[in-house]
Amino acid sequence: MNTLEVLRFAVRGLTANKMRSTLTTLGILIGVAAVILLVAVGEGASRQIQGDIQRLGANSLTVSSTTSGGGGGGGGGGGFARLLGGGGNGGQQNSGPRTQAKDLTVDDARALADKANAPSVRSVSPVVTAQSQTVTYEGASHAIQQVVGSYPSYFEASNKPVAQGTYFFNDDILAARKVIVIGQTVAENLFGEVNPVGKQINVTGVPFTVVGVLKESGSSGFQDGDDLAIAPLPAVQQSLTGFGPLGQIVVQATSADTVNAAQDEVTQVLNQRHGITGTAAADFRILNQATLQETVGSAIGTFTVLLGAVAAISLLVGGIGITNIMLVTVTERTREIGIRKAIGAPRSAILGQFLAEATILSLFGGLLGVTIAVIGAQFTIAGITPSVVPSSVALALGVSVAIGLFFGSYPANRAAKLRPIEALRFE
Amino acid sequence: MNTPLVLDVQDVRKIYGEGETAVHALRGVTLAVEPGDYVAIMGASGSGKSTLMNIIGCLDVPSSGAYRLDGTDVGVLDETRLAVVRNRKIGFVFQSFNLIPRMSALVNVELPLAYGGVKAAERRKRALAALDRVGLSDRVHHQPNELSGGQQQRVAIARSLVNAPTLLLADEPTGALDSTSTRDVLSIFDQLSLDGRTIVVITHESDVAAHAKRVVRLMDGQIIADIRQSAVLGPPPRLEEVSM
Repeated sequence: MNTLEVLRFAVRGLTANKMRSTLTTLGILIGVAAVILLVAVGEGASRQIQGDIQRLGANSLTVSSTTSGGGGGGGGGGGFARLLGGGGNGGQQNSGPRTQAKDLTVDDARALADKANAPSVRSVSPVVTAQSQTVTYEGASHAIQQVVGSYPSYFEASNKPVAQGTYFFNDDILAARKVIVIGQTVAENLFGEVNPVGKQINVTGVPFTVVGVLKESGSSGFQDGDDLAIAPLPAVQQSLTGFGPLGQIVVQATSADTVNAAQDEVTQVLNQRHGITGTAAADFRILNQATLQETVGSAIGTFTVLLGAVAAISLLVGGIGITNIMLVTVTERTREIGIRKAIGAPRSAILGQFLAEATILSLFGGLLGVTIAVIGAQFTIAGITPSVVPSSVALALGVSVAIGLFFGSYPANRAAKLRPIEALRFE
Repeated sequence: MNTPLVLDVQDVRKIYGEGETAVHALRGVTLAVEPGDYVAIMGASGSGKSTLMNIIGCLDVPSSGAYRLDGTDVGVLDETRLAVVRNRKIGFVFQSFNLIPRMSALVNVELPLAYGGVKAAERRKRALAALDRVGLSDRVHHQPNELSGGQQQRVAIARSLVNAPTLLLADEPTGALDSTSTRDVLSIFDQLSLDGRTIVVITHESDVAAHAKRVVRLMDGQIIADIRQSAVLGPPPRLEEVSM
């Protein structure tokens, strides 16, 4: 009585009752598919968000003001400044919650660029942003989500490489030249197939010369990451936002290891400049990309574990289904077991046959579940592209086999222990 | 005599239950069967013949007494060894055929060989030979529900023979058959007996018992008569009456 023989008997036993076998398989199938797919969705969400965060720029810190509104300070008025982190419209009055709160200024940025105070800082890019600007080119018009005014270092710090043409340079900053680097979406909407480099576009009436087109970065969540334009800081301030406070200061650390050191240095410098001492609340906020990534990563990890746990419960239910159906099978086939024993089947052969039946059911269900999960993972689920984790496939398959062995062992044992004389008498 | 007795049952008793409700199914049965004999064990229902058959067939163990099958004391064997004994030494034929449903006649006949560890090719050869022996060469791939009762019983006989067991043990083999099929089955038994096969048939029909070389009557768990109808080594008494 070899293993192959036992397997053949098992397959024969299963095919004898196809409907029942199929339904039992379905239980495991759903369990396994759910585990793999839900973990894949969790993983996909995690990757997507990590990617979004990474797109903010490598080793970069984003300093933004926490005063609400933000039109005060420099007081250029007229402009249409809005803080990226804040909400209110600027340009009206100084209505911050803390009267002594100071906005971020270009001088703050300069202080941060001082190597003596902040040795871990590689570059500092002051940023102003103008939202929803209408750009036109030869009759074509497009509402740009965001026009960013900054320094050349911004491109690297915020991870926005140029695909076509060039960046602007420090000269352009000093001369406040009206040059602009536009995102893919803008280029497509305004120029179509035409090469935009060297062309002149109007941004809310102000002419800018396109010097480059950004590499496509893809959309992040609901925002199109390519619907933007970047121009020299003074040019944007002159023509679009006015010389108000900065929206943000993007600080790039010298390396990934020094991000936290850079954060400490920036905090120290800004505390000093803004006169924040002791327990006073800071009037600025530093978004550390690495910390954010960690926090989000662990949150999503928890979320994935939760999803997996829910799926695991359905796998367990599938396993109990196997026990149930195998018990029914053993009862139903008591007589057959008696016959087999009477003609000399050893206990191990009976045990093996029923264990093999249970395991084949669960393994088959597991394999189908993996197939369905892998197919399902090709689709976008709730805006998330699932990413199948190989270890979850291995685990789910392994668990499904283990379930077959574990949940099948009780009925199989019962079958093997049947006394032939009683089994034969069973009707 | 050098060859051991096929059956050597010594004062076997079987008691079901305990104390006042105890049922004495066998009250000391002693029976010896020589190789080549064809024994019918007769008795009314409740006489203990089924209990005796279960003990002889190693499906049950006696409460007391000794039982040797082909020289082996089966009383001391464990479950695994008993399975081997059932597989190698005993061929069962049941009243209700007891073929495994949804398996072809051939696979049913192959089953004891499969449990006995015989290779697939050899198994097939021997199973086909056994089916041929009972005249079912043309029904090899039929499933039990596609066969008549008589044919099913012949498949069961083929299954019991396929391992060349020391003892062919039949429990009311014709109990569920019509007269034609009964004749078929009994003639097969006569032929097998003629070939020197040791057969024990449990029955309550005197027609069936008439084919045996020796008739043992049981009543209330005891042997009340033991009649020899023809010689152990000779042909069975009714051989001429049936034609194969």
